[in-house]
Amino acid sequence: MNIMKFRPLFFSLSLFLFLASFYSLIRWQFQPSIDFAGGSEYQISLPQISDQVTVEKLFKDNNIELASITHSENGRYLLRFRNISPEEKLNLTDALKTADKDFQELRFITLGPSLGKELLRKTVFAIILSSLSLLIFIGTRFNDFSFGLSAVLAMFHDAFILIGSFSILGHFFGAQIDSLFVTALLTTLSASVHDTIVTFNRIRELKRQNIRLDWVSLANQAVTETLVRSINNSMTIVFMLFSLVILGGDTTRWFALTLLIGVVCGTYSSTGVAIPLVLFLKNRRRK
Amino acid sequence: MNSLTPAVKRNFSIILGLAFICLIFNIPQSIPVKIHWGKINWEHTFYRPELNFRLGNFDFSRKFDFKFGLDLAGGTSLLFSIDTTDVAADKLDQALESIKGNIERRVNLFGISEANVQLLSDRDQHRLRVELPGVQDADQAVSLIGQTAKLKFKGEVDIPPEATESATIYDVFAKDTGIDGSHLLSAKVELNPNTSQAEVALEFNQEGAKLFKEATTQFLNKRIAIFLDDFPITFPVVQSVIPDGRAVINGNFTNQTAKTLSAQLNAGALPLSIEVIEQNTIGATLGRDSIEKGIRAGLIGLLLVCFFMVGNYGYFGFIATLGLIVYGLITITLYRLIPITLTFPGIVGFILSVGMAVDSNILIFERMKDELRAGKPQNIAMELGFGRAWDSIKDANTCTIITGLILFNPFGWNFLNTSGMVRGFAITLILGIFISIFTGVFVTRNLLRVLVPKK
Repeated sequence: MNIMKFRPLFFSLSLFLFLASFYSLIRWQFQPSIDFAGGSEYQISLPQISDQVTVEKLFKDNNIELASITHSENGRYLLRFRNISPEEKLNLTDALKTADKDFQELRFITLGPSLGKELLRKTVFAIILSSLSLLIFIGTRFNDFSFGLSAVLAMFHDAFILIGSFSILGHFFGAQIDSLFVTALLTTLSASVHDTIVTFNRIRELKRQNIRLDWVSLANQAVTETLVRSINNSMTIVFMLFSLVILGGDTTRWFALTLLIGVVCGTYSSTGVAIPLVLFLKNRRRK
Repeated sequence: MNSLTPAVKRNFSIILGLAFICLIFNIPQSIPVKIHWGKINWEHTFYRPELNFRLGNFDFSRKFDFKFGLDLAGGTSLLFSIDTTDVAADKLDQALESIKGNIERRVNLFGISEANVQLLSDRDQHRLRVELPGVQDADQAVSLIGQTAKLKFKGEVDIPPEATESATIYDVFAKDTGIDGSHLLSAKVELNPNTSQAEVALEFNQEGAKLFKEATTQFLNKRIAIFLDDFPITFPVVQSVIPDGRAVINGNFTNQTAKTLSAQLNAGALPLSIEVIEQNTIGATLGRDSIEKGIRAGLIGLLLVCFFMVGNYGYFGFIATLGLIVYGLITITLYRLIPITLTFPGIVGFILSVGMAVDSNILIFERMKDELRAGKPQNIAMELGFGRAWDSIKDANTCTIITGLILFNPFGWNFLNTSGMVRGFAITLILGIFISIFTGVFVTRNLLRVLVPKK
């Protein structure tokens, strides 16, 4: 199977994804969740009130301006607003109880702004730390510079596209960047490296057996031999995550979706990005 | 079967035994069995075994129930920042300990079982994490726990008759007695033995007792108001001089109002002020909903994976599915044994790890196919496949473990994430990977050796 002849196609696809991510990040940035920005998220059930305006007014009477309101089936509301004190919360709950005797509180989260900065610092640190450890790991596994660099670049390719796709999802569907997104991002980084390593191992194994074969043929053979495994493995993970996205409920839908995008991206990048990069670097060196 | 080596037979028995033990841990708490058949009348209830075992200071008692985090069980989690600017450095530890104890006491006043109060200190930043499982209507609790606790005792002054109209409560109680929360040791609700009415009993420390004696002398037959954060909570009339620092406030208390008053007084016994910086309340319905949805999604995903494996690898895929079932049994048994607090991201971690667990099998089967294509006999191809795949399995999983450890933050470093959600995900992922390596290279391998007919 001559997969490497599709290199221009892979390149265009990656370039397109990269530019789309870049554009979205510049144009729309992120929708930070309250984890980072501070504020409140309130999920309630008001079966008697089907009118959003009434709910908005109710909150306004308590000096709370709603940042967003989502109304779903059987009188459930998801509301976002500023960080409030326990006293304000008490008054608010009283007002809601008066307005609707069947009022039910499903979930309430409020976070002060100071925590967001702290989490951001911790997050940046975790990303740097895991990138560095993966770099060191790749370095020890592949003392060949071309392999190491390619694996790292493929990893950053995946991370960037995942961040970019979340910027797009955030703009169109209101997906938010929270600490679970970061968790999924880090898991994706490792899954990306994981997949790349399996393919690289095969190339090196083949190189030892056929020292004379050129890199493109080696790459083709290695990909042919590992592609089925790579796709099959991703498929099992995709099945699990996909059923979670569809059936798992709102709480972790975005989390599962992030992991899903990451896994698909990681599988693609080991064949579509990492190996073409190795070939590029190897050919350049020869000249 | 007769060509099996003793080692393979032994391993196969180990796997069967392991699966059986895991199964026992996962049966329901009690199973009633009733057999009425002809003359046989046998009724017996089987109970899941419980561990009651102590070794020195270590208690190994386990009930083997799942432990659910607040996001699944429902409840409230609060994070308070503690303002320590007013406290001398040498008294800080004592003050922090006392605020923790006091908050625990206040939490207990609400009758919350299994509440968890945890002090989180990072250099000069101190916080309290309060977890109240099962508490949904938490507002009342939150606002009382979170009240900035500064208590003041103030005596009544004479207001000229012409000014009584315009006098505020702060004008009436303008005389500071010098007594504040730090002089108060505790307040508690007592029942008066004569009237059976609820009363609030106060106990002062030595200095407080002295000041209180002076105050009760000065304000005999007048009122002393107690202010909590400049808000008057009670104004008892001094009926006698109290020399020993033991006072009783009585009035028309119901049990509830007496309880609230004593809780507020206790809150004031601490000079540290705290502020809620995070509140997270999850209703029980949402938690149950999450568990159900998570389990359903997991089962359907698992079913798809099994179909996929059988469809792709036939009989081998079926054996991999058996391996996967053993994997699932071991994993949930360990969740019960360790025990691991399950959160929703934790369930996602488990579901993800199931997807990944199949990976070692796929790696092995693909390698096996290669060897078969190269013309090797099946049993040789099998062993070679395992050997060849092992390197890849090792490398591939190392990456995930590295990231998992950074997320889990096993040493609780403050510069890394300490959020329960993230750690909940990381722990199930790490555990899942280790168990998947075990099932991939030990369980599936031996199952294949036994269950695949020799050609």
